Amino acid sequence: MLHEVSRRQFLKGTGTGIAGSAIGALGFGGSETALAQAVRPFKLARTTETRNTCPYCSVACGVILYGLGDKSKNAKSAIIHVEGDPDHPTNRGTLCPKGAALLDFIHSETRTKYPMYRGPGEREFRRIGWDEALDRIARLMKDDRDKNFIAKNKDGVTVNRWTTTGFLAASATTNETAYATYKVVRSTGILAFDNQARV
Amino acid sequence: MASLQSQDFARISATTSRPPDVRNDFAVAKLIDVSKCIGCKACQAACLEWNNLREEIGVNVGVYDNPHDLTPNSWTLMRFTEYENPESGNLEWLIRKDGCMHCADPGCLKACPAPGAIVQYKNGIVDFVSENCIGCGYCVKGCPFNIPRINKADQKAYKCTLCSDRVAVGQAPACAKACPTGAIVFGTKSDMIAHANDRIQDLKSRGFKNAGLYDPPGVGGTHVMYVLHHNDKPELYANLPKNPSISPVVELWKGVTKVAGLATLGFAAAFAFVHANIARRNEVTRFDRIRAEEVIDEEAKHGRQA
Amino acid sequence: MTNSWTDIKNTDLVIIMGGNAAEAHPCGFKWVTEAKAQRGAKLIVVDPRFTRSASVADYYAPIRQGTDIAFLLGAIRYCLENDKIQHEYVKAFTNASYIVKEGYGYQDGLFTGYEEAKRDYDRSTWEYEIGSDGFAVTDDTLQHPRSVIQLLKKHVAQYTPEMVERICGTPKNKFLEICKMISETSARDKYMTSMYALGWTQHSKGSQNIRSMAMLQLLLGNIGVRGGGMNALRGHSNIQGLTDLGLMSNLIPGYLTLATEKEPDFESYMSKRQFKPLRPNQMSYWQNYRKFMVSFMKAMYGSAATAENSYAYDYLPKLDVPAYDMLLTFDLMHQGKVNGYFCQGFNPLLSLSNRGKVSKALSNLKFLVVMDPLQTETARFWKDEGVFNDVKSADIKTEVFELPTSCFAEDEGALVNSGRWLQWHWAGAEPPGEAKHDTWIMGQLFVRLRELYRKEGGAFPDPILNLNWPYRDPAYPQPDELAREINGYVVTTVKDPVDPTKTLLEKGKQVAGFAQLRDDGSTACGCWIYSGCYTEAGNMMARRDTNDPGNTGAYSNWAFSWPANRRILYNRASADLEGRPWDPSRRLISWNGERWTGYDVPDIAPTAKPSEVGPFIMNPEGVSRLWVRGMMKDGPFPAHYEPFESPIANPVAPKIRGNPAARIFKGDLAALGTSDKFPYAATSYRLTEHFHFWTKHNWVNAVLQPEFFVEISEQLAKEKNIQPGGWVKVSSNRGEVHAKAVVTKRIKPLTCDGKTVHVVGIPLHWGFTGAAKKGFGPNSLTPFVGDANIETPEFKAFLVNVEPSNGPVVS
Repeated sequence: MLHEVSRRQFLKGTGTGIAGSAIGALGFGGSETALAQAVRPFKLARTTETRNTCPYCSVACGVILYGLGDKSKNAKSAIIHVEGDPDHPTNRGTLCPKGAALLDFIHSETRTKYPMYRGPGEREFRRIGWDEALDRIARLMKDDRDKNFIAKNKDGVTVNRWTTTGFLAASATTNETAYATYKVVRSTGILAFDNQARV
Repeated sequence: MASLQSQDFARISATTSRPPDVRNDFAVAKLIDVSKCIGCKACQAACLEWNNLREEIGVNVGVYDNPHDLTPNSWTLMRFTEYENPESGNLEWLIRKDGCMHCADPGCLKACPAPGAIVQYKNGIVDFVSENCIGCGYCVKGCPFNIPRINKADQKAYKCTLCSDRVAVGQAPACAKACPTGAIVFGTKSDMIAHANDRIQDLKSRGFKNAGLYDPPGVGGTHVMYVLHHNDKPELYANLPKNPSISPVVELWKGVTKVAGLATLGFAAAFAFVHANIARRNEVTRFDRIRAEEVIDEEAKHGRQA
Repeated sequence: MTNSWTDIKNTDLVIIMGGNAAEAHPCGFKWVTEAKAQRGAKLIVVDPRFTRSASVADYYAPIRQGTDIAFLLGAIRYCLENDKIQHEYVKAFTNASYIVKEGYGYQDGLFTGYEEAKRDYDRSTWEYEIGSDGFAVTDDTLQHPRSVIQLLKKHVAQYTPEMVERICGTPKNKFLEICKMISETSARDKYMTSMYALGWTQHSKGSQNIRSMAMLQLLLGNIGVRGGGMNALRGHSNIQGLTDLGLMSNLIPGYLTLATEKEPDFESYMSKRQFKPLRPNQMSYWQNYRKFMVSFMKAMYGSAATAENSYAYDYLPKLDVPAYDMLLTFDLMHQGKVNGYFCQGFNPLLSLSNRGKVSKALSNLKFLVVMDPLQTETARFWKDEGVFNDVKSADIKTEVFELPTSCFAEDEGALVNSGRWLQWHWAGAEPPGEAKHDTWIMGQLFVRLRELYRKEGGAFPDPILNLNWPYRDPAYPQPDELAREINGYVVTTVKDPVDPTKTLLEKGKQVAGFAQLRDDGSTACGCWIYSGCYTEAGNMMARRDTNDPGNTGAYSNWAFSWPANRRILYNRASADLEGRPWDPSRRLISWNGERWTGYDVPDIAPTAKPSEVGPFIMNPEGVSRLWVRGMMKDGPFPAHYEPFESPIANPVAPKIRGNPAARIFKGDLAALGTSDKFPYAATSYRLTEHFHFWTKHNWVNAVLQPEFFVEISEQLAKEKNIQPGGWVKVSSNRGEVHAKAVVTKRIKPLTCDGKTVHVVGIPLHWGFTGAAKKGFGPNSLTPFVGDANIETPEFKAFLVNVEPSNGPVVS
C-alpha cells in the first residue's frame, strides 16, 4: 500500500517540486532559494530572555526563559522555550532531561489554574473564588487555634503552642517565600512544621 | 530567511545541479563519547523541545529505551545494552545515542527520487526538506543506519537535522548543548577528531585497549561520530554496523528517479540533465538505464512481498 | 555540601555511595566527568544496583542496602591497620587525642546507658574527661586507651573484610580494592570527594551513615580542601534554603533551635547554648548565639521585642517532644489529633511512607489546604480513582482547598543550591489563570487571620497581632523586601563606645554581614547565616560575575554563598600547622605571617594564628569530631544496625532489630514484615528521566519514562517465572503495587550471612495525576519508621515479595 501511495505522490511531487531542480539543471543556479527552503528559521530570533534557575534538584542550573513578546503593554508574555544558561558556572548551558523539558512543566495540562474546593463527602472539586477560599481558610485556622491552643503546660510553664494544625512547607519555593511562610506559621504557634528535606 | 550563515549545498537529491562554491565552509561534526554518556536522555528531551516534537507516551516493555525505536517524532534515542565483558568479567552498561549520522556519502540522499527533498550542506549536514518530500520511503531503504522514519500523518520523512537552524546562526545542536556530561560535543570535524583522540588516549589509560573513533569510511566518514570503548566491536552498541555502506540496490535506485524526472521535464531539460550528469563532478553516480531496470524489477518483487 | 559543584573538578577520587549523582544530578555530575578528563581522577560507585553512575565508573562494587556503616567502618579499619591516615591532620584537626570519660563503652550493639523501654540512651557517659582547668583533657601521644583514636581502633576492629562481606554482600576482593583506592588519598596532596544523597539519609541510621564517611574523610585529611569534602547532593532546588531558614518543627532560621518547655525563660534557654570553648584560646563561634537570636526576634517581632520582655521570648512556641516531624504529625493525624493541615508544594500521599496510613490520616482532617502549581495526588486523596486510589469519597469528610500557585518561571527570588549558593532569579511570565505567587497567598492568609484576631480576639493573639509585617502591601510582600529583611538591618543607630562622635551602625541601613549583629536589639536579621546577601551595595545574590581567579572553581563573585560568601567550609584545614597548603598546587588559603589570604573567604578569623586556633570554629573543641560525645541520639560512634525490615539478623548484634535508638510507633512496629513472608530486599529510588512526582505532569518526561516498573535480577525472574516487560505484583506487610518488570543484569543476587539476598528496585515517580501512565510507587509498601536523629523515613531498605501478575484490575 505504502508502495502505491509513494508512487502516486512521487509523480505528484515531481510535478511541483521539480521546478527548482530544472532551473538548476539548466544552469540558473537557484541554490539560495533552495537553501532558504531547507533551513527552518531560528525560532528564538526576537524573544525576550529572562534568567532563571531550574526548580528541580539542588544543582540549581541556570536557565534562560525565552518569552514571546517584548513585554510591551499589549503583548501577553508566554514562555516558548527554555534552555541552559551558558554563563552559569555549574551547568554552563547544559541541562538534564528534566531541565531540558522545563517548558512542559510551565505549560503542563495538569497545572492548577483556579482555586478549587471540595466539601465533605463530595466526589469532585469545584471552582471557588480566592476571597471565599482565603476567608474560609482563615476562619478554619482561627477556630481550630482558639479551641486547641495550649498556653501553659500542666506544670504551668508558658508554652504557647498549637499542635492540632500543621504546615508542610515546600522545597522549591524561594527563600523569600520560605521566610514569609516561617513568620506566619511561627507567629501562630504551630509546631507541626516541616519541609521536604527528608523525603 | 533573508540570509544564512556558513552554509551552502554540497548535494541536492535527484538533481545534478552543483551549487557554486561561493563559500569554503568548515565541515562540522557532532562527537558522541559513549564512554562519558550516562544515558540520561537530556539529548532526547532537548531534541523534542527544540524541534517542537510531540512523541506518543508509550509503555514500559522491560527496558529503559523509551520510545522503543526512532519515530517520525523522535529523531534521537538512547539505546541501552547490558554487556558482560568476558575479558574483565565486569558488567558494562553501553549506552549509545542513536540518530542520523550525517554521512559524507549519504545513502538517503542517493536513494531519494524527489528533487531537493534531501540536501547536503557544505558543512556536512544532511537535511530533509519536507516541502519537497514525497514520502516514498526510499531514504529509509537507502540509509545504512536505519534512521529516517515516515510520518503517516503527512506522509513525509523525518530525521535529525543536526539542528541546521541552530547551526545556521552559529549555535550548537540542541542535544549537544544540553548534554550534562559533555558526552556530546559539537564543532568542526577536525576539532572533533582531535578531541576524540584525547578521549581515546584517556580510555586506553583506563584499560580500554580497543578504544577508538567510529567514523566509518564505507559512507565516506560521518558528521556524527562516536568514541567507543570497544571500537573493535561496534555491534556491541545496539548493533551499530561495523562497516556500513550504501546498499547496491540503493546505489541504482536513483537512476530510476532520474528517468521519471526526465519524463516530466521534456527533452531540453533532459539534455541538460544528462549533460550535467556527465559534465559535473558532483554527480551522484553514473546513469545506467539497463541496471536500473533490473533494480525496478527486483524492487517490485520486494514490494509485493512486503 | 562542604564544597561546591564546581569544586568537584579539583578531586583525585570520587566516591559515589548513598547516591546516584549521574542520574539524580546530571549537570553537577559533569564536574566528576571533568575531574576524570582533566585530572585523571577515578570514580568509585558502591550501590546495590549498577546505576547510570556506575556505567561510567572506574570501579563498581555492589552492596546490600542498609549496610553502609559496616562497609565504611571496615574501610576505616583498613586505613588504621595499614597506617593510611593523614597523621598531622588527624592529630591537629580532629579530636583523636581527646580523652573520653571513664564509663563509656560499647558492647553487642549497644553503647552504655541504653534504656530499652524508652528506646533511648542515658548519654551522660558520652563525654570527654574535663580537666581541673575546665578544658577537655588530651593526650598528644595518642596512646591513652581512652583516647578517641584508641577507642576508634577498638570499635572498628570487628569490621574485618570478611565481616564486611558477610554483612554487605560485597565480595572481599572488591571491598579491599576500594579500600586501597580510598586509602591512597591519605597523602597530603591526594583528595577524595564523597558524593551522597538520599541513599544514605533515608535509613533508620541515616545520620550515622554520613558520619561514618565524614570520619573516614577526616582520617584521610580530605575535609576543608579543594576536591575533598562531604558533599550532600540534596534533593530539591531549595531544600537547602528551607532548612537554612528553619522551616522545621524545632528550628529557628540559621540553625538556631526552638526552645523546649524545659526552658521557661530566655536566660534558661541561653544557658544551654553557651558553647564555652573546650580548649584554651579556641574560638567557638556559636558564642555569638545570643546576637543571632536577639536579631532574629527583632526581625520577627519588631518593636514588640524588647529587652524587658526578653525579646518576646514567650511569643515562640515551646516544644514538649524533640520535634513534631512529619512522621509524628501523620501519626497524630492518624489518631485523629490533627484537624488542619497545609501542604505548600508537597505531595505526602505519595512521598511519605506507608500510603495506606497516610491516606487514612488525611481522611481524619477537618481541612486540608494544598498550594501547588500542579494537580497533586494529595489534593485528591479523597477521590475514587479505582485501583490507583481506592477510597470511598462519601466517607471522607475533609474540606479540601487547592490553591493554584506560580511556578519557577513566574516568580522572583533566591534559591539555595547544595553548594550553599544563594542565586536570584527573575520572572519570565505571569502565572496562568488565577494562579498566584506564594508570597501573595501567605500574605493574604496572614492579613485575614490577623484581622479576625483584631476583631474577635481569641487565644493568645499577641504574636499574630505583633508580628513584624512592614511590607508595602501587607497582603503581598515582595521578594526584594523580604530578602533585605533576611539579610538584616540596623534598628537603632549604634555609636562607637570609645568615640561617641563615630557612628558604627546607622539606623535603617542594611548590615554588611553577621559580624555586625548585636544582642541589644539594635539590629534585626531574619537569618544570620545569610547576612551579607543583600547589603547596602545591593543584592549580592543577583551577581553574575563569571571570573574565577586561579581557576579554583570558587566563582566568588557569582551569586552569594553562605556563610559570608565562603565557598568551601572549614577551608582553614586546607593548610598545615604553619598555614602552608597541604597541596601547594591546590592552594585555597594560606597564612602570610600576618593573616590568611587566598582564593576563598577564610573560615577563621583572618588574623587567627595557624598554630593557636583550631580550624573547626563551630565546634567548641576547635577540632572536628571522630567521636561526637552525646550529640547523636544513637551513639558517639556509628555501629552497624540492620534495617527494621531485613533479610538477615544483625551479624554483629543478632538480638537487635533495626536501630535501637530509633523511634517507632506501636502500630508501625506491628506492621513490620519478616523475611519468611517477604523474602526480598527492596529499595526505592529516583530515575534520571523524572523529578519526584512533578515531571510525570510533563509530556516530554512522560515520553522518556512512561510507566511504573520494578527492577529485578535475571536470577529472581527465572526463579519466579517473571517475563521481562511482564506484570508483577510487589507486596509488603503494608500494601501491594502492580508494576512492569525490568529484568536486568544490573541487579545481582548478593550473598549475606550465607543467605542469597535478592534486591528489588522500585523507582518512585508515578501516581494518578499527570501525563504519564497511571501507576503506583514504593511508598504503598515502605515502613513508617525514621532515622534516630532526624526522623528521615527508612525508604531505602525494606522487605517485599514479588509474584507474576496480570496487572492492576482497572474497573
